[in-house]
Amino acid sequence: MKSLEELKRIKEQTLKEMDLRQAKERGKVVVAMGTCGIAAGAKDALIAIIDELEKADIHDVKVVQSGCMGLCDKEPTVEVSMKDQPAVMYGDVNDVNARRIVREHVQGGNVVADLVVKRENI
Amino acid sequence: MKMNLEDRLEENPELKKQFDALEAYIGELATLEGSLINVLHRAQEIFGYLPDEVLEFVSGRLNMPRSTVYGVVTFYHFFSRVPKGRHIVSVCLGTACYVRGANAVYEKVMKTLGIKAGETTRDGRFSLDLVRCVGACGLAPVVVIDKDTYGRSTPEKVATLLNKYA
Amino acid sequence: MIRNQLLVCAGGACITSGEKSVKDVLVDELKKNGIEDEVQVIETGCMGACDLGPIVVVYPEGTFYQKVTVKNAGLIVNEHLVKGRTVGELLYTEPASEKRARTSGDIPFYTRQVKRVLRNCGAIDPLSIEEYIARDGYFALGKALEMAPDEIIRILLDSGLRGRGGAGFPTGLKWKAAREAAGSPKYVVCNGDEGDPGAFMDRSVLEGDPHSIIEAMAIAGYAIGAEKGYVYVRAEYPLAIERFEYAIGKAREYGFLGRSILGTGFNFDIEIRIGAGAFVCGEETALLRSIEGKRGTPSVKPPFPAQSGLWNKPTLINNVETYANIPQIITNGAEWFRSVGSTKSPGTKVFALAGNVQNTGLVEVPMGTTLRELVFEIGGGIPGGKKFKAAQTGGPSGGVITAEYLDMPIDFDTVKEIGTIMGSGGLIVLDEDSCMVDVAKFYLGFTVDESCGKCTPCREGTRQMYHMMERICDGNGRDGDIERLSKLADVIKDTSLCGLGQSAPNPVLSTIRFYEDEYRAHIYEKKCPSHVCKHLLTYSITPDKCVGCTACARQCPVHAITGEVKKIHVIDQSKCTKCGSCYESCRFGAIRKE
Ligand SMILES: Cc1cc2nc3c(=O)[nH]c(=O)nc-3n(C[C@H](O)[C@H](O)[C@H](O)COP(=O)(O)O)c2cc1C
Ligand code: SF4
Ligand code: SF4
Ligand code: SF4
Ligand code: FES
Ligand code: FES
Ligand code: FES
Repeated sequence: MKSLEELKRIKEQTLKEMDLRQAKERGKVVVAMGTCGIAAGAKDALIAIIDELEKADIHDVKVVQSGCMGLCDKEPTVEVSMKDQPAVMYGDVNDVNARRIVREHVQGGNVVADLVVKRENI
Repeated sequence: MKMNLEDRLEENPELKKQFDALEAYIGELATLEGSLINVLHRAQEIFGYLPDEVLEFVSGRLNMPRSTVYGVVTFYHFFSRVPKGRHIVSVCLGTACYVRGANAVYEKVMKTLGIKAGETTRDGRFSLDLVRCVGACGLAPVVVIDKDTYGRSTPEKVATLLNKYA
Repeated sequence: MIRNQLLVCAGGACITSGEKSVKDVLVDELKKNGIEDEVQVIETGCMGACDLGPIVVVYPEGTFYQKVTVKNAGLIVNEHLVKGRTVGELLYTEPASEKRARTSGDIPFYTRQVKRVLRNCGAIDPLSIEEYIARDGYFALGKALEMAPDEIIRILLDSGLRGRGGAGFPTGLKWKAAREAAGSPKYVVCNGDEGDPGAFMDRSVLEGDPHSIIEAMAIAGYAIGAEKGYVYVRAEYPLAIERFEYAIGKAREYGFLGRSILGTGFNFDIEIRIGAGAFVCGEETALLRSIEGKRGTPSVKPPFPAQSGLWNKPTLINNVETYANIPQIITNGAEWFRSVGSTKSPGTKVFALAGNVQNTGLVEVPMGTTLRELVFEIGGGIPGGKKFKAAQTGGPSGGVITAEYLDMPIDFDTVKEIGTIMGSGGLIVLDEDSCMVDVAKFYLGFTVDESCGKCTPCREGTRQMYHMMERICDGNGRDGDIERLSKLADVIKDTSLCGLGQSAPNPVLSTIRFYEDEYRAHIYEKKCPSHVCKHLLTYSITPDKCVGCTACARQCPVHAITGEVKKIHVIDQSKCTKCGSCYESCRFGAIRKE
């Protein structure tokens, strides 16, 4: 990195990649993986999500991790953003709930109402 | 009679490997200045604890008096001069955990393992430690076993959990 | 791989209410569904809720099913385990479990917050430097490198940013002193020791947004004329260390650390130093000794680190959260920073909500937010319908904020007026069941353990205070103890060398100030009003409530309870060790604790 110009290029490039509307992926699942999330079982949630996507033969949904979202009481938390839909954050995502989220939200297109902790406005 | 370190290393390739690993770590340091605590961390990782011969080795390699090395080892809770069990159970007694009933968890663990904090079970399976907050306070009470952190623990849950660690 | 565990109660009461066959049904159903290898059925002893038995608990989620019969046990397998749907009709619904009641929409937890320090935490992948850049990361460094160092310090001074590590010292002044100090090389240090038990803001930033700290430290290096930085992270935070290490590597790769950053000729690099479990190392002079690889004992100030710090060279030391504010101040300016918060304490503050509060977690709010908003609106109040008693801030160096101050705006100065400190942001909520004498004793025990021993008032004085507190809680309090505690506290405060000793008596003083009646009850009436202090309790059985179920007698570890089946039981007070097991086990409310 030698200049601000280069920095700007990376920023634009990454923004493009992160923007679902332009991305090749259909959606993104973010699992909060701070100490606290992991202690509450975020790894199990991550494994369950990947496994469930695999089972359903879904390959155009990205699964990524983030730091913590701060709501320890509802950990593990997972955020699902599907193309052209507001992002939804879920709490209490254990193995079973993670699978529900994949089946009902990612696959079925229905928000899993009883697990929602936050919805984003677009 | 105590054998000197070199002879012991000759006889014990496992031990030699450990000392080689420590030597390699020290060799790669950009500067020895201020590196003592980092070196001790690495040594404890390799040996599981800090026996006298390791401390002597470190004092020689870093070129500082043994008293300095011992002084540092005894100052910090994290360093142990006695061997630890195969699994280290750390019960958090930080404030958040305390007000959410960590004492009961601690008592249950003591009872289940039959040891107090700082001790190791006779079969060498578990060592018990107390910690003051591991930063997962939102999930208090918290117990850490080896590298796994368990939140929202209860005496019963922890007792069951311990069975998982052979 | 085991994915679930079914805990089936095999205690006496449950077997008689049909447990054996419930277990058989469960095992059969698991086999039918071909998941017997994934689900483990475990028989447990009495779960202490016999009137609800037979009981089945599904782990890991901890779903508690009651009154399971041979007929409906299959539902647990077919609905819960196979389809992932909880079986509503068997769910246990008690106030405590209503806490877990499913939320069906947004919770106010997020809507009330102002995310600055935490803006990237949970929003970006901490392992991706690109995502940090996409959120304007490292642009502040770029901008700063085009400014004169004095200009940067000017902005910080104008912003009014105060150190978030506890004392609230104006950050701009510190930077100015470090810049003006004679001597070279100079160092930049980040204090990530976060020793206050119950605080976890800094951990979350180090784990969730490590690049913001790297960027800020580089800016600091440029501003004060340093080329080397150290981040001191406690050993209890392995994930933070790992993520930060990784981030440093990435920053080097991208050229934000190293030689001639962004082609400007400015060199800067960062190294991690790991703590080793000593609370006193959060104190800045002790921390610097620890970075040098020595015993972490504090030294007298002045000289301040800005004049003589690491290896006696000028050293700038700030807290993690303080640094996390810097890039955004450079980008958006001092005015922007001052747009929230109070005049003397501008900006936001991250609090770690823990203890007896519904929504435990990290919350970032403008300085000057009231405790009521924090605990009740954002925090969702106290679980189990209990009453709020107090919030403890500042950890072992702080004190309590009581219910009467729920509406006081919280900032550095207001909390001082009522005898506590802002501290680093740990906020432990205490409900009506907490004994304030016990809480104060807890903190004092912490300081006794953590005193480095260098000076006598702190080393011996806190120990004496602790003994007195112990005596009071054990029922051996004497007339004059409150006065003795206060007097000793004053001496310790006045004569200790470092902040640890100087503030160690605060939890005691603060609780004496607001809860003297509780101290008096312990000392003079030998009673613990909150029923916490074990030695001041008596357990007894109310004859007309006891049905003679024998549960308590079976639980008592010292066999202090006698009685025959279906006859009234009695506790032998001379044997009772006040362990409380019987109290927990009686489901007829026959055991009194007072
Ligand atoms: C006993 C004691 C413990 C401390 N622990 C911490 C700590 O864990 N983290 C921290 O940032 N500051 C801690 N401090 C405050 C530091 O000494 C120092 O004031 C702070 O790091 C300066 O950074 P700031 O100006 O950004 O707040 C502690 C102070 C004392 C007296
Ligand atoms: S006040 Fe306590 S912690 Fe501080 S230097 Fe003295 S003995 Fe050590
Ligand atoms: S409190 Fe403990 S020791 Fe005392 S009677 Fe009850 S079970 Fe027995
Ligand atoms: S006090 Fe009576 S009713 Fe209560 S557990 Fe004991 S025997 Fe049963
Ligand atoms: S601290 Fe990150 S969710 Fe608890
Ligand atoms: S107090 Fe136990 S994890 Fe923080
Ligand atoms: S015997 Fe089943 S809960 Fe007590």
